[in-house]
Amino acid sequence: MEYFNIEYISIATGFLLILIGIFGILTQKNLLKIVIGFTLFDTGTHIVMVSIAYVRGRTAPIIDETINVSDAVNRIVDPLPQALVLTAIVIGLGVTALMLAYILKLNKEHKSLDIASFKDLKW
Amino acid sequence: MLKKGIILAIVIAFAAIFFNLFSSFNGNTELSDLSSYYAINEPAQVGAANLVTAIVVTYRGLDTLGEVVILFLSAAIVSFLLKLHYNEQNDEERKNGLRPSSEVLQTATRILVPIIFMFGAYVFINGHLTPGGGFQGGAIIASGFVLLLLAKPEMKINHQLINIIESISGISFVLVGILGILLADGFLDNNLFGLGTFGTLISAGAIPIIYIFIGLKVGSELSSIVGTFNETQKEN
Repeated sequence: MEYFNIEYISIATGFLLILIGIFGILTQKNLLKIVIGFTLFDTGTHIVMVSIAYVRGRTAPIIDETINVSDAVNRIVDPLPQALVLTAIVIGLGVTALMLAYILKLNKEHKSLDIASFKDLKW
Repeated sequence: MLKKGIILAIVIAFAAIFFNLFSSFNGNTELSDLSSYYAINEPAQVGAANLVTAIVVTYRGLDTLGEVVILFLSAAIVSFLLKLHYNEQNDEERKNGLRPSSEVLQTATRILVPIIFMFGAYVFINGHLTPGGGFQGGAIIASGFVLLLLAKPEMKINHQLINIIESISGISFVLVGILGILLADGFLDNNLFGLGTFGTLISAGAIPIIYIFIGLKVGSELSSIVGTFNETQKEN
């Protein structure tokens, strides 16, 4: 029954999201749907990173009245991957905005969102 | 057919990798060495109640500077790619053809937008005490801006003002970092004027100042991205 703990469930969910994202990126023809695949991939990675840092029975890494400063090391989850995920979310947002801008530009040139109709750089 | 087979093979290969990773994960019982170091020494060294903030802004401040630069670059590239060349007349014609947004949305916007902006400011000012920080507060401010755009799509966006806010907060972030070299131990060190009382608003040295600048910068950048996308829609 160990696999029904929260960290296993969320890691499995994250991996599942990554797989759905990869599948979407590879199979979809519509550029917007490919972007959705990328964001799913992104979100899955973030969920996996945060849940790897989870320590069972502990609380968020914020020291307040309920957590003693001297005892903090035994009471909090790992703050480092959370900080990295914070960075990753922002970068993911920037990349998504860029992809959408390119799609708008491509759509204006070719009047199409189908990836098969862009043959300019195909070899 | 071959293509579908290849796609299936790739997905199955990834699934196998992930299954291996999953089955070798045994859960944690204690923190890693680095995180233990942060948890033990952070209150004395940095003084922020929120450990994630301490890591993002001080221990890994350079990473955050790079992150802000990446966000700036993507905002700049978006507005470069979607450069406007629509004329006012088309805009007028289009406006006349548009159905105005509903009464509910317009009234709700008038009430909610100031509150959303205030909440965003609260989140980035209290980034060192509560969950949140500059990036989250900036995103909240940008979401208020999205609501504004939904209610009034024909709204003119003052890009000049957004650019000024963004540049000033970006430069101030770097200046606070350089002050760290002069007054404290190094670039982006937060111990400029003493750390203050642990757990109060005036604590953690320069972290609240840096997070206010990051919040303003992120808020204005995201607003400018959203605004540029909205304006491109008008182009025909």
